[in-house]
Amino acid sequence: MTGIAIFFLVLAIVLVWGGFTVSVLYLSRQPDRHDFPPGGEDDHREDIAPVERDT
Amino acid sequence: MSQAGVEQHGQHRQPREQWTGQVGFILAAIGSAVGLGNIWRFPGVAYENGGGAFLIPYLVALITAGIPILFLDYAVGHRFRGSAPTAFRRLGGPRGRSLEALGWFQVAICFVISLYYTVVIAWALSYFVFSFDLRWGDDPAGFLVGDYLQASDPGFSLSFVPSVLIPLVLIWVAVIVVLALGVARGVQRVNVIFLPLLVVAFAALVVRALFLDGAAEGLNALFTPDFAALADPNVWIAAYSQIFFSLSIAFGIMITYASYRRRRSNLTTPGLVVAFANSSFEILAGIGVFATLGFFAFQQGVAVGELEGLTGVGLSFITFPAIVSQMPGGPIFGILFFGSLAMAGFTSLLSVLQVVSAGFQEKFGLTPRQAAVRVGVVAAVLSILLFSTTTGLLALDTVDNWANNIGIVLSAILASVFAFWVLRKGPELRYHLNSVSTFRVGGTWTVLAGILAPVILGYMLISRIVSLIVDGYADYPQWYLLALGWGAIAVIVLGAVLLTVLRWRQDPDDFRAWPPLPDHTPPHHAAAPAKGGRR
Repeated sequence: MTGIAIFFLVLAIVLVWGGFTVSVLYLSRQPDRHDFPPGGEDDHREDIAPVERDT
Repeated sequence: MSQAGVEQHGQHRQPREQWTGQVGFILAAIGSAVGLGNIWRFPGVAYENGGGAFLIPYLVALITAGIPILFLDYAVGHRFRGSAPTAFRRLGGPRGRSLEALGWFQVAICFVISLYYTVVIAWALSYFVFSFDLRWGDDPAGFLVGDYLQASDPGFSLSFVPSVLIPLVLIWVAVIVVLALGVARGVQRVNVIFLPLLVVAFAALVVRALFLDGAAEGLNALFTPDFAALADPNVWIAAYSQIFFSLSIAFGIMITYASYRRRRSNLTTPGLVVAFANSSFEILAGIGVFATLGFFAFQQGVAVGELEGLTGVGLSFITFPAIVSQMPGGPIFGILFFGSLAMAGFTSLLSVLQVVSAGFQEKFGLTPRQAAVRVGVVAAVLSILLFSTTTGLLALDTVDNWANNIGIVLSAILASVFAFWVLRKGPELRYHLNSVSTFRVGGTWTVLAGILAPVILGYMLISRIVSLIVDGYADYPQWYLLALGWGAIAVIVLGAVLLTVLRWRQDPDDFRAWPPLPDHTPPHHAAAPAKGGRR
């Protein structure tokens, strides 16, 4: 392979696979937020029932 | 009683299906994005549009259009929690209920695409079997068109081709069974099995290809940059087209998939994983395909540039079989290639049909099983009638061109224009993304998804329409293009209108989006930029 072709092969791998790796690492460090707005809690019947808490 | 989580109150509704978790969703979304186009389209498009230099417009297109529209789909589907018709109807609000038609337009596109996409997977399945004894012999082109497809001139025929019909029926039965099992037990489970299998099989193919004589010349051809190409607007359009068609965006798939995520779900960071995974597979495919083409050119004693059939059906079902015939251990290579093609296609097909199934489930109050069987059987019959006959190849080529280049592009433009300009929901959708995600989007996202993307897609659409009207397509007769090409678009539009006017079985408008916009904040200020990770 020529030098310039190798350069662009490596560049493609670094940028695209690198982007994939970075986004996976970012997701694994912060899989979810810790500060969701109130509500939005699914109870597996989300379209029929609210989350009820008797106080 | 807390109001937390209250969005709907219909006591007879079934609970909404869900992915089992983040990984399940990501695998299913990658399975949808990684399809036939990654393997048979990207390598040839990159080669013909500047080689290594194509990387620049490709990455620009990914970041400025692909990912922003992907986020738009996620935001619409997740906030309004429904298939495309439901989500767009809710997005439209009380004065924009008719936006449901855009959702049905996307469902109809998916329905039409499923009719022929299944056929290509059936071909791949046949060639997977043919690979064991290299059934195509010394003339793969003659075998494909003559012996296998028994292709005739443009027209309509009811002469079925059994060698296509049998695998086609098998694929339809399989897809109906998977869809009937539901989102978690069906679609997700198949993706969890097939996606790793696809990566391993294709990686094995690439490793084998890299050790073939001439592989280096093939990679030279693909990665040597032609910087002059960057001055050609068509190269940039090719890059935006490749990103756009490859990511499964703007025709309901990602809206539907996002709607099956829990409300408290991270959206944008998984979106980045999906987008870069899709592009990573395209780079892998480019390496594998061009290393193999380099071997073929070496065997023929010609340059890679002199080879024909570098994309699409020609690459997969003519060029690759010819290569496999000349290769030591060819049958194993063929099994890996066609097995990969079939798996990549099948997981994408599931997502296409899930869009249709979900739309019908919600509008007509059907269970996943009922929708899968009813939609699947109708689609299977049409697919068999149209595409398993001697005229199937030309019909497929024509419908595919119109459904993608006209249907999906138009759908993307309409979605963006309505969301950002007509309804002015950009701030609300941005607020939603930022409320649930770890990677926050800023005003740049609004500019990219709301202005840049529709402008570029609008240019693509107009230039394509002009080209199709002035030059026709692939030397097919005008009456044929009118009947199958423009006819397909007419059927899609008609289907969208008809399905919109039909009555909902259950009221879809009894719904409040979560999280609610802060009361004290006007909608156009609701998405105040937050710290970190802004785009």
